[in-house]
Amino acid sequence: MSTDAHSLSRDDVAHLARLSRLAVTDEELDRFADQLGVVLGAVARVQDAPTTDVTPTTHAVPLTNVHRPDVVTPSLPREQVLAGAPAAEDDRFRVPRILGEEA
Amino acid sequence: MSTDRLLEFDDVVSRYEPVFGLETHVELGTASKMFCGCATTFGAEPNTQTCPVCLALPGALPVANAAAIEATIRIGLALGCRIATWCRFARKNYFYPDIPKGFQTSQYDEPLCTAGHLDVEVDGETYRVEIERVHLEEDTGKNLHVGGATGRIHGADHSLVDFNRAGIPLVEIVTRPVAGVGAKAPEVARAYVAELREILLALGVSEVRMERGNLRCDVNTSLAPTGSLEWGTRTETKNVNSLRSVERSVRYEMRRQAALLDDGERILQETRHFHEDTGSTSAGRSKEEATDYRYFPEPDLVPMAPDTDWVEQLRADLPELPAARRARLREEWGLSDTEMAWLVNAGALGLVSDTVAAGADPADARKWWLGELSRRAKDAGVELGDLAVTPAQVAELTQLVAEGTVNDQLARQVLDGVLAGEGSPRQVVDSRGLAVMGDSDELGAAVDAAIAGAPDVVEKVRGGKTAALGALVGAVMKETRGKADAATVRRMLEERVLGG
Ligand SMILES: [Zn+2]
Repeated sequence: MSTDAHSLSRDDVAHLARLSRLAVTDEELDRFADQLGVVLGAVARVQDAPTTDVTPTTHAVPLTNVHRPDVVTPSLPREQVLAGAPAAEDDRFRVPRILGEEA
Repeated sequence: MSTDRLLEFDDVVSRYEPVFGLETHVELGTASKMFCGCATTFGAEPNTQTCPVCLALPGALPVANAAAIEATIRIGLALGCRIATWCRFARKNYFYPDIPKGFQTSQYDEPLCTAGHLDVEVDGETYRVEIERVHLEEDTGKNLHVGGATGRIHGADHSLVDFNRAGIPLVEIVTRPVAGVGAKAPEVARAYVAELREILLALGVSEVRMERGNLRCDVNTSLAPTGSLEWGTRTETKNVNSLRSVERSVRYEMRRQAALLDDGERILQETRHFHEDTGSTSAGRSKEEATDYRYFPEPDLVPMAPDTDWVEQLRADLPELPAARRARLREEWGLSDTEMAWLVNAGALGLVSDTVAAGADPADARKWWLGELSRRAKDAGVELGDLAVTPAQVAELTQLVAEGTVNDQLARQVLDGVLAGEGSPRQVVDSRGLAVMGDSDELGAAVDAAIAGAPDVVEKVRGGKTAALGALVGAVMKETRGKADAATVRRMLEERVLGG
């Protein structure tokens, strides 16, 4: 990661793009690095909030153990499931070739 | 397909020390999925067990399955783990077509269970495998690759995804690195998975059918020169799906890595794929670092805080675990360690135990399952437990022998009938007329016929050569097609030839 916490280097963006399986051009790397830096800067303002007396939490409501019993409920009809898919074949979701696996 | 240079295994262990670790994924046998109510039935039509939650449709929210959490805690308890009093799910972010959300709901730094162990036995030696963690997550969908050779991803034109499996509760059991076992590493790895499987069966939390992918292993292997203080770079062999493959994959990686190290080359930290057909591994994608997964606590699920009293109740209610059960049965049946090991390795322990429970003598039950029934299974190419005969039927068969209704030879014919679906052993005895013939008129006639048919033999016997009687016994047995009791036949012959 880059030294300045509020900015992203081209390498950072290239790495993120790879993890996201996105093909990004050189020109886009520069542009996204700038844009994402601005976003990070905006989000970083949360660090100005006084939090020394606040316990870290991931939920606003102090609930635990919200479970459901192991009971089967109806699934969606398959026609409905596949209706929203960009492509379907043999009752399955059709996706493009998966790259970068298994030499 | 593999062009890897391999060092002979004996060579490897003479100069290198292996370290292995296992990540085992277990699909729980809950009726519904982890975060939604979709069914988990194996083999259902594609995409018929999905809903907005497990398809990750916008706005859908997960609710955790209580039975899956309980099962995970019971697994942790059976492995001697500490159970967390508070922990959370986390999102593991990565992109792959079989995870609809773009992340897997898993656990990261707060697993439900930590710091356990499992003792396994190989060739009479006990090895302790430390368990690092047991956590709860969800399974992925299933990809079908189209257009390539034999369903492989390589060369495929496109892929098809079935989300029936997506969201089925998955428990991941992670060992600490196992070092210092030398040449035994492949066998200890296998024994660990085998024992883990037995425990999961005893707990009843999963069907653990490896051929269905209920239990899948990722095997980490590394090598370091013997005496080295540092461990080598490890590779992770993915989706090793049978006990035999676990052993083979460790052995293969040891031999492959040793050859590279001998050549002064570096081992790459990478994911490798195991190939069942050749027993070899091949390079997959270079491994993503934990930071690449950008784990963070799952905001859509509240923390789990297992009540301590409840956990203690679960602990108290654990069934007898396989190791304790084996020790008890060994004692009760008066077996040696070796005899017990045979029984376990033959996959016959449960069957024998059930047969004894159904009223058979332990020695008889063992004799049938390890002898005749093992032969039948082998001939038919099936597992012992898949033979079409129940332990209760085997017990009935041993009783028929014990009470003298049938002898061993007839009992095998009774078994033929049972395996052919003709009913219980007693029913087969009746329908096939297999009962031993007593001192009946029918048997008497056969005895008389044998005497009349061999006057020379009768002469010898009367002349004092009683050993010649054997030929007459044989003739009667042949005539009655083995249904007569040899001792009865001999007695009847003696009476009639020697005049009693
Ligand atoms: Zn669902």
